[in-house]
Amino acid sequence: MSTTTTVPATTTVPAAAEAVRPYALSHLDALESEAVHIFREVAGEFERPVVLFSGGKDSIVMLHLALKAFAPAAVPFSLLHVDTGHNFPEVLDYRDRTVKKHGLRLHVASVQEYIDRGVLKERSDGTRNPLQTLPLTEKIQAERFDAVFGGGRRDEEKARAKERVFSLRDEFSQWDPRRQRPELWNLYNGRHAPGEHVRVFPLSNWTELDVWQYIAREGIDLPEIYFAHERDVFQRAGMWLTAGDWGGPKDGETVERRLVRYRTVGDMSCTGAVDSDATTLEAVITEIAASRLTERGATRADDKMSEAAMEDRKREGYF
Amino acid sequence: MTSTIEPTEPIEPLSVEQLSETTLLRFATAGSVDDGKSTLVGRLLHDSKSVLTDQLEAVEHASRNRGQDTPDLALLTDGLRAEREQGITIDVAYRYFATAKRRFILADTPGHVQYTRNMVTGASTAELTIILVDARNGVVEQTRRHAAIAALLRVPHIVLAVNKMDLVGYEAKEFDRIVEDFAGHAAELDLPGFTPIPVSALTGDNVVERSARTDWYEGPALLAHLESVPVGGDPTGAPARFPVQYVIRHGEARHYAGQLASGSLRVGDRVTVHPSGGTSAIEGIDVLGEEVREAYAPQSLTLRLADHLDVSRGDMITSGPDAPALTRDVRAAVCHLADRPLRVGDRVLVRHTTRTVKAIVRELTAGEAGLTANDLGRITLRTAEPLPLDDYADCRRTGAFILIDPADGATLTAGMVDLGGADAATV
Repeated sequence: MSTTTTVPATTTVPAAAEAVRPYALSHLDALESEAVHIFREVAGEFERPVVLFSGGKDSIVMLHLALKAFAPAAVPFSLLHVDTGHNFPEVLDYRDRTVKKHGLRLHVASVQEYIDRGVLKERSDGTRNPLQTLPLTEKIQAERFDAVFGGGRRDEEKARAKERVFSLRDEFSQWDPRRQRPELWNLYNGRHAPGEHVRVFPLSNWTELDVWQYIAREGIDLPEIYFAHERDVFQRAGMWLTAGDWGGPKDGETVERRLVRYRTVGDMSCTGAVDSDATTLEAVITEIAASRLTERGATRADDKMSEAAMEDRKREGYF
Repeated sequence: MTSTIEPTEPIEPLSVEQLSETTLLRFATAGSVDDGKSTLVGRLLHDSKSVLTDQLEAVEHASRNRGQDTPDLALLTDGLRAEREQGITIDVAYRYFATAKRRFILADTPGHVQYTRNMVTGASTAELTIILVDARNGVVEQTRRHAAIAALLRVPHIVLAVNKMDLVGYEAKEFDRIVEDFAGHAAELDLPGFTPIPVSALTGDNVVERSARTDWYEGPALLAHLESVPVGGDPTGAPARFPVQYVIRHGEARHYAGQLASGSLRVGDRVTVHPSGGTSAIEGIDVLGEEVREAYAPQSLTLRLADHLDVSRGDMITSGPDAPALTRDVRAAVCHLADRPLRVGDRVLVRHTTRTVKAIVRELTAGEAGLTANDLGRITLRTAEPLPLDDYADCRRTGAFILIDPADGATLTAGMVDLGGADAATV
């Protein structure tokens, strides 16, 4: 404040430095406490919740939080994997190991099955990401899931920045960003009609770096493709894609062996690897902190399609 | 938004030791149209090195499509198709950034459409609100309204950011005049205090670095203040409030799971369960896998009690001399959120902590038309079952509630309990 006039009586003097506050939670503890609160709210309010589990780092952190939230008892939810048929084998292995280790029940919605039945058609670009919405929605309806946990984070993408923690979906799983319920304090409104369900995002307030730092702090095991390894890849749309039966390389694309790792894990056809020599969690965290690109900007072809690609997919019922 | 921006150098990762000392600050911004709020938010994100290359490219691309020569930092947050088409912000956007000292969650609330509803939403979880004024215009009607909402929502820390100081020649007397004016309103509103900072979001003065052009100003730059303002309060002095979320049964044991809403609890503390009134002592506390002697808000934990009581979701466990008021008559200040009006006689659901009860609207500070969207007012409710209530002024978590439409589940109204407040009918 100014030295030239009398300071108004109600004005506070800015603190020079934060006093020692033994009771302030660290940011990771605060985020963890919030996420656990969200899991328990769902357990208390819903009949048939399910956790979307892809074997990606965000869903792995979700499961870890759920295990902590209900210890010493078991997690009162089952898991749901939308299998695109283009999965990384390392990630499927991880999924099956995890399900077995924790005695969980796994539901699988298979994109391949929908293609085989002729309900869905393979896209010309080979990407199966947008094809996941129908199998997901029909599985939710068939199993009558009323709460579906997703690992989406608001820092990932600008359409997600406006997503609620509890996000109501109609029987078609559609999201209408203009008709969202206001969400105040930690009072989450999960009321829904029969046939509707609520998507729940316990990691809403986490950033990519928070997720990695939490993985390091908690010593959480991850699929090995998150760490640097040699892999046969080819370049498409500026990204390194894994060569394989799913549809690459095509004419003019050449395969080379490179030292890479995956920063996100999704469908093989649209998830790019990044050049990296980070073989440990510490090295990965250092690399992310130094990155000039967001994780989706660096690794996801599907979000490069248009400015509103994520919003459009979300409206249709995507994760 | 006219500043030119460049992608920023990323921050250094923190060590495990540093991380355990990094706290989280949730804050909100409020400003009138053209106060430069988007510029200030963009400046904070940019100068704290939180804008990455691909985000900036997307903003530049979108700005060009809209015929703008320079990147519009508002587009960093306005991500929805309708927002870009109409050039407006339609909803609260959450932004995340970090410095070496602290992580920040910013609730960026639009200044025009539905601003009361959105500002109330953003302020409900904020520990600090930045109220922005244009140095040329000083305190205007919107500023007073923003201050009133911050006071109503009991946001613990208020920053008065006097922006566009470059347009008033960085004059101390311009700043002091506005601060004095705002202080008068703050006193009327019973605001606990505020921190005035002269800034120019456009040029960056006093945003991240203290500016030589305001050498008469002795306080910190805005970011330094955000990094140092105390968070969390002191839970040891506050009454303990533990709303039960869920009962975890394991063998014979019952673990009561919840998030401590206020205060602290120790093993051995005598506790009361509301609304039953049963009493017991705390036998054990677990904080997510770790057995502890003491826990404090806002930790998520499980409690074990020495006696077998009937405790379930929606009950509240408390300790200490200041018991909550157990009542079916709820007096509160409210902000109406929904487009449909709220009228006397309406049947609603009250969601308070982890409990949901039926209620009837008995009185309202509104005429026949009822409360409409973005109205602030007072309400008296009669609930079907008693609720353990604290005044919102004493405890934000146990003094807050929302009203829900039982027909379709819509969130209608935000409420802040004021037990001794005036009768809604007489205001």
